[in-house]
Amino acid sequence: MLKRTALFEAQLALGGRMIDFAGWEMAVQFSGPTQEHMAVRGAAGLFDVSHMGEIEVQGSGALDLLQRLTTNDVGRLQDNQVQYSMLTTPDGGIIDDLLIYRISQEYYLLVVNAANTEKDFNWIKDQGAYTNAEVHNTSAGYVLLALQGPLAERILQDLTDHMLDRIPYYWSQRVMIDGCDCRVSRTGYTGEDGFEIFCGASHARHLWNRLLVTGHPLGLLPCGLAARNTLRLEASFRLWGNDMDETTTPVEAGLGWAVKLGKGDFIGREVIERQKREGVARKLAGFVVEDRAPARDGYPITVDGQEIGVVNSGSPAPYLKKNIGMAYVPVQYAVPGTLVEIGVRGRPVPARIAEMPFYKRGRRFD
Amino acid sequence: MANTPEDLAYTKDHEWIRTKEDLARVGITDYAQKQLGDVVYVELPKPGDRFEATEPFGSVESVKAVSEIYMPITGSVVEVNESLNDSPERINEDPYGDGWLIVVKMENPAQTDGLLTSAEYEDYIKAEAGE
Repeated sequence: MLKRTALFEAQLALGGRMIDFAGWEMAVQFSGPTQEHMAVRGAAGLFDVSHMGEIEVQGSGALDLLQRLTTNDVGRLQDNQVQYSMLTTPDGGIIDDLLIYRISQEYYLLVVNAANTEKDFNWIKDQGAYTNAEVHNTSAGYVLLALQGPLAERILQDLTDHMLDRIPYYWSQRVMIDGCDCRVSRTGYTGEDGFEIFCGASHARHLWNRLLVTGHPLGLLPCGLAARNTLRLEASFRLWGNDMDETTTPVEAGLGWAVKLGKGDFIGREVIERQKREGVARKLAGFVVEDRAPARDGYPITVDGQEIGVVNSGSPAPYLKKNIGMAYVPVQYAVPGTLVEIGVRGRPVPARIAEMPFYKRGRRFD
Repeated sequence: MANTPEDLAYTKDHEWIRTKEDLARVGITDYAQKQLGDVVYVELPKPGDRFEATEPFGSVESVKAVSEIYMPITGSVVEVNESLNDSPERINEDPYGDGWLIVVKMENPAQTDGLLTSAEYEDYIKAEAGE
């Protein structure tokens, strides 16, 4: 039996096409992936991402526990600050990537991938046994909306007295939105400015509808998982399960910036430290196909007829109007400009290794 | 609601054909293009290629997926809509006109008797959508 979010019916009523995603019945699209993608780049889009897992870690041992389990330095966080991080295995493999919200010195909210919620929860709970930290899987208590795009702030500001421009990138605040008690963070998975909004299930429909109505005249569209995927790929955000998993390390995945060796010991440190020092044999590289044929997940990548990797994430990029992707390749090929070939159903198609991110939003001057 | 012209024959794989003597023009239906969304790439065979009925002869790709397209009838390709290389969006804009895919020389025109009429195809997509 697939799980449904509090916004399932509301999305169905909007014409959302529902699919099975990580055990959840989620909207893959409304008006269409391209339109939705362009709405987020040019105006705004609203996503239901309530399938994401929430795990709360509390107590005097919470900080120590998270420092030991994650790669980034939780000790640097201030109240309401947010951090991108990873849970790693003793071999340095990526169990999951996550956001850590510091609510207070002894209270942290972790937002994890839907498919990994149970696995992460059990891992953290087991590692936290006999410490002064309580670990709770509170996923069922949260609805999570993502309001993304250059007009996201303007739309949300219409519904709150809180001055949203005082919430910097990767910070959060408790904010009353149209009478609903929410936590709002300036975070997202699209490469645009925007917010992620946590609220209780009872407020979800009201908030969803108010945001749609408020944003509609400005071009806001409800968006599904298909647009979420193409947006994150253009912005070169890695997707757990595609671009990283327990067999790949943060260094190989190009996420070394979210590893802080100065913070002390953590699970997986030895391997990651060695890789940072000595380098790695393969790296996640971006590529642009020099053909009209899109590269899709799983297509082989070759050089001189030798397979050097497979496409981890590949798709047409609706804003860039190119066919892009990411793949693990031996480091000697992971150099921008390198020519490779991608097997598109048996036909070799040229592609060139490219700098990531593919898309970077322009600076705001307003 | 999808448009299904009465003068065409249809397959359960959502292709249409329009016949004239032993030639058949083939495309994908309005329903199919709506399901796919914006078409970004089309892979088609070459003139002279021969296919059996129900065999895949190419693919149509939207942003999110690749869909195979299947031969409604047995025959050899005599013409390919080359304009789709530069303008695959024609499949969305005009699936029964400018968005046609190939013209086939049929080996056995009687095979078309096994295809769906527009009324039968409409019933079929209603049932599929209701699933």
